[in-house]
Formats: sequence, structure tokens, C-alpha cells
Amino acid sequence: MARIIHIKPITRIEGHASIHIYLDENGYVDNTKVAFKSLRGFEKFVEGKPAEELPRIVSRICGICPWMHHIASNKAVDGCFSVTPSPVGSLLRELMLTIAHVEDKLLHFFFLSGADFLIGSDKDYSVRNIMGLVKEKPELTRKVVKIRHKAKMILDRFSRKAIHPVAGVPGGFIKPLLEDERKEFLATMSEVLDFVLFAMEYAKKEVFPQFNDQLPGLGTITTGFIGMVDKDGALNLYDGNLCLMKPDGTRMEFDPADYTDYLAEKVVPFSYGKFPYAKVWDEGFSLDSDAPKGIYRSNTLARINVAKTISTPRAQAELEMFREQFGRPAQATLLYHYARLIEAVYACERAIEILKEPRITHTNVRAKATPKAGRGVGCVEAPRGTLIHDYTTDGNGLITKANLIVGTTHNLAAINLSVDKASKDLIKDGVYDEAILNKIEMAVRAYDP
Amino acid sequence: MPVKIAGESLNACSGCEISLLDMGENFLKLLEVVQIVHLPLLMDSKHIENLQNAQVLELPKADIGLVSGSIKTRENLQLALAMRESCDFIIGMGTCATHGGIPALANSYTNEQIMTCCFKTDNTDETDRFPTELVPGLLESCHALDEKIKVDFYLPGCPPHPDHLFNLICALEKGEDYVLPEKSVCDNCSAQREGIGEVTNLKRPLKLPDWKDSQDLENPDQFKCFIEQGFLCMGPVTRDGCGGDKDLARCITAGMPCRGCYGPIQHQGNQKLGILNALSSNGIDIGSLPEMVSLLRFSGGHGRLRPISLKSRKHK
Repeated sequence: MARIIHIKPITRIEGHASIHIYLDENGYVDNTKVAFKSLRGFEKFVEGKPAEELPRIVSRICGICPWMHHIASNKAVDGCFSVTPSPVGSLLRELMLTIAHVEDKLLHFFFLSGADFLIGSDKDYSVRNIMGLVKEKPELTRKVVKIRHKAKMILDRFSRKAIHPVAGVPGGFIKPLLEDERKEFLATMSEVLDFVLFAMEYAKKEVFPQFNDQLPGLGTITTGFIGMVDKDGALNLYDGNLCLMKPDGTRMEFDPADYTDYLAEKVVPFSYGKFPYAKVWDEGFSLDSDAPKGIYRSNTLARINVAKTISTPRAQAELEMFREQFGRPAQATLLYHYARLIEAVYACERAIEILKEPRITHTNVRAKATPKAGRGVGCVEAPRGTLIHDYTTDGNGLITKANLIVGTTHNLAAINLSVDKASKDLIKDGVYDEAILNKIEMAVRAYDP
Repeated sequence: MPVKIAGESLNACSGCEISLLDMGENFLKLLEVVQIVHLPLLMDSKHIENLQNAQVLELPKADIGLVSGSIKTRENLQLALAMRESCDFIIGMGTCATHGGIPALANSYTNEQIMTCCFKTDNTDETDRFPTELVPGLLESCHALDEKIKVDFYLPGCPPHPDHLFNLICALEKGEDYVLPEKSVCDNCSAQREGIGEVTNLKRPLKLPDWKDSQDLENPDQFKCFIEQGFLCMGPVTRDGCGGDKDLARCITAGMPCRGCYGPIQHQGNQKLGILNALSSNGIDIGSLPEMVSLLRFSGGHGRLRPISLKSRKHK
């Protein structure tokens, strides 16, 4: 008899979502749906608000990556008010964004997804989590908690508010960095880098080999990718062009301000989140798992696929090793975790680089901004993917229109396809158990939605 | 027996749960005395439908329930009711839960307006219907938690400071009372106040503060009161506490005026009426505010913000 399996809610992810697996009469998977269930209406309710207030409002889209929304929003307001941010202010924004990436990656790798690999994907749900890790691997977990906290507290100490920040402002940053702070943060970030390098070696031994040995091809699909690159085509999380890569590896770069020429959004009946797709490929949009159309992915694996290189030495060395093993573009979904740690290395190195810039303690952190009519597209890379804030203002600098494409939404179509793949591979003859359903969720968790 | 804790995030951003983790090593200390039995962000405990009535969800029993977020969907409501049923003591965690929070800004619009704005845009392929399959229906309004269930403790903040979360849970674990101060941000602000400022028209916060040298930064308390300088600051009508046990108000020490994230000083307070009053008594023309909806940006639940069309209908 045909049946439906519901996984409600998907757990150890940030958002609100559920999986629905439709089995045919023989107990084989007919199709699957992943529903995204949150609609708060930010695009509507920011209308009429002063643009300079938006960086303090839209951060509330996500309490895990508020810095990325905060900074993308500031960049969009810079555009509306035609202000070029102070170079030092921009660097401080990038510093905060970069450190926020580091702590977020540690959070995801160890607190959210880690237990699947370090405790075991088929272990009981009551221990398959960070609380279980504290008991099972106390030394490692204590270290993770401590190091992540140290990185997070840089954001807290310097900007005063680590969750839902206020320190980025149109034209730059609210305050300069003091020399004593610089020295202290540099020492902390060096310690964090050491830990991330240790985590990478640890994962190469304990985690990554499981991808092939125990979970071959879990949720793996073939898609295009999107991510930000600098003028040399190297990975950049803060500023640059967007690079869209076809499944065959062909790249095209464009200015984020022109995103509507390249990407469009699709409404699907079972999701409040819209599904963006690559309209520039001229093939339309299809979620058909045998012949998907227009689908690309964002987030860590996407970024390291589209980037030609990484500008910092240790992360570049890791990227070379990764490419030697998995090629480019790498498509295996679980490799998002590997790419996450490569990016964590980059983010640490980049933060250290910024903290060593002589001008980072200069006090000219903010250019003057005046409310006016305009349009601005602010784009940064959030941990979960390319983040686009597009605002239009009236003559008084109040918002008349906003379009937001947040990191995870780029992956909604891909998450559906990965769940479909994992379900079809794992559920046969109507037989499934909690461990199998958790493995299907792991195909979602890789995207860290 | 350790104290059992359950948590659910409703119409929210997960920031409150991250604040829990931002306790750092205190989080580990907490785990020595409490047992988390349900918290979807951190563990795989699922929502179980009642066998008799699929509309009713069953969650693991717990002593303390941490509920973050406001109630905007039928599923949010279902979960709030389930948490009330399964937990002895409900903490409304964060300002979304206590007063509606930022998502309650949606209350100025109808669901039709919100859906049209989200699903019918220049960059979205044309669609003849809004999503309805597998997604929970939207309620007319975005509600604070106590509009739908009884709340035993209000812990506001966007997010609540980790110190408060830690102290509150520790106090409950020991069976002690915990009381948050009922003071305003101004009561605990070190900015210099001289009385009434000279500015009558509000300035937009686009040019302050002007750091001359790092000397200024080391003495942030040398600031002149934002309101006296002519900037909107919600300090007078906002509950103090965002700095936790040790620090002063967070945004103000960063050099930004308060926007009210800890909600009104007293639970039933109205931040909008309060601030209009405070601005007027400082000689500021409230007509110079660029808009007024944002004055309730953290406390638009409890029916304080409503769609304009509904408001005018009521007046008729």
C-alpha cells in the first residue's frame, strides 16, 4: 500500500523544514518533498522604514548568521545613498564577517553535524548530538566550545553585540579598532587557526573517510554552483563578482548588481522559500530528479568549486589536495563538510591578514552618508550561501522596495534533489528505520540550511 | 534527577538558542546539572502526532520549557500548546516570545499583502497561487506567546544575554527565584545628561559619533545623551539588561542609540507611547520622526500593530 513517511521537523539545522517521502505500492520511493515552513515577510515590512535602520532589522532573518545580513544590508544602503564606504570601515566589516564565518563553521561542523560522524549516524538520537559528544569526547568538545567562544567573543568585545550586531553603518563602521584590541584579537585568531588546522587533520582521519566507506554517494547530485570571487577569480567572502558555474565546469562572472539578468526565482506549492534558478542558462527550471534544469548550489562546496584559487597559503594548499582527490567541480554532497573546513582555514588566515594591515587601526572608519533616492544591491557570502539584499529608497531615504535572496534559498532545489536521491538509495521494499531516516537528514545537514 | 529542559523555536531566527551556546564554558557547566530532552536545533527529537487527533503534537515531558519566537503559523500555535502541555514551567525566551519582536512588524500588513510582496515580484516567475501544500497556514496576526498560552517567566532580549539565560536556569534548577531588574536602559546609562537638549528636529543616525582619536573610544561614557543630541534613542522606554551582569547597554557602548530590543520596562508597557512622551518632554517635535511604526519594532504583538485597513475599519 502506498505510504508517506514524514520527518518533522528536520533537526540540527537552523531553519524550519520537514521531509515527506512518498512510497509506492511496492514500498519504493516514488517522490519526495522538502517543505520550508517559515514566512515572516521581511520584504514587506521593511517598506517605509528608514534605510539606515535596515541593517539593524534584517539581521533578525537569521540568528546564526546575523553578521552577513547586517553587512549585506549596509552595502545595499551604501548603494541607495551613493556613498563609498571608508576603506578602513570596509576592512572592519570584512574582519567581523570573516570571524563570524569561522565561529559559524565550528558551530556547524561540531555542534550540528558533528555527532553524525563522531558519535555515529545510526546511534540513538538521545546521544547523537553535542550533549552526547560532551560525554563521549570530552576533551575535544571542551576545546571546540572554548575556541568557538573565543572567536565569538571577539565579535562581542569589539562590536558590543555579537548576535544582531549594530556596529556596521552606512558609509563604514561605527568605531575604530584600538591597538591593544588588535594585538589581542591577533593572538586569539592565531590560536583559532591552530585549532582549525588541527580540526582539519582530525577530520581527514576520523570524518572524511566515512563519506566513501559508510555513506557512499549520500545525496549526491549533479548541479551548477554559485559563489563570490575577487578580480583574480579567487575565493572572497566579502566583496567581488559572482561566479556561476555550469555542471560541466563552464564559468561566467557577473556584477552582483546585475543578478536579475542571471537568476530568477520560482514559487513552488510546498515551500514558503522560493527556489532560485539560473535563468541565464536558458533551460528553465525543473526539479525532475532524472533531468533537473536550472539548478545550481551555493555555500561552501559551491564557493571552492567556482574559485580558481584561495588567496591564503594554507587554505590554498588544502584546496589543491582536495582538488587532486575530488576534481573540479566536486559534486558529492557530503564534501560540503570538507569544504567547510577549508573555508574555515581561509577565514582564519584572512582575519589574521586583516589584523596585520597597518591601516586597520586608523580612525577614519566612516564616510558621510545622506538619505536619498536610489537603489543598492548588497552582496556577501554567508555561511549558507550567496546573500543578496536589493533595496530601493525614496527621496527621504525610506525603503520603497526590497528583494532578499538569502544563502539557503539557493540550495532549496538542490536539497530537494539530494533528499530524493538519498531516499531512493536507502529505502527499498518499504523497509526503513530511524538510522536510515537520519541518513536522509544528513543529506540536508550537509547544506547547513 | 537532573532538571529536564525542552526547547522550541517558533516564528524566530534561532538567535536565542545561539545565545544559549554563547555562554561558552558555562554551557558545559549547565549540562552537568540539566538534561536537554528536546531542542530541534541541537538534537533529533521529533514532533509526534497524537494518535487520536493529528492536530495535537506530543513532546517529551520536561521541567522547564524554553520557547523562543512569536506565533504566526498554525504550526507555531500547535507547538506552543504542546510545549505548555509537556512542560511544568514555560520561559518566554527572547523578545519575539515576550512581545512579538521584529517579526511582529508584519502585523502592519495583511497576509495577502505579505504573500503578494514575496511571491509576485519582478524577479519571480509568474504564479497563479501561493504555497499551501505541506506549509502551515498563517494566522491573522503575529502573536506574543502569552496571547495564546500561559507564560511563567518572561526573559526578553534580542537575544537575551547569555548571563541571564545561565542565571535563570541555574536559579530554577536550585528551586530559587530569579527576578530581572525593572529599570530602564537610561537608569543604567553612563552618557552625560544635562537636561533638555537644544535640538527640536530629530536627526537621522548617520553621522555619529565622530571619533577624534582613540582617547574618545576608551571613554565611551563621555558621550552626550543621544536624545539630547537630537537622535532617536529608545533607552527611556526600554528594559535594561542587554549588557548582562557586567556591561552597560550594548548598542550605546558601541556608539549606537538603543532601539528597544529588551522590550518595554514593564511587561504591559507601550514603547511607542512612552517614547513619544519622552521626546516631547525633551522639546523634540515628534513630527520630525521619519516614521512611527518602528517605535514598536520589538513590541508589535498584543495587537499593538495592525494593518492600516483594519484599523480604519474599526474606527468607522
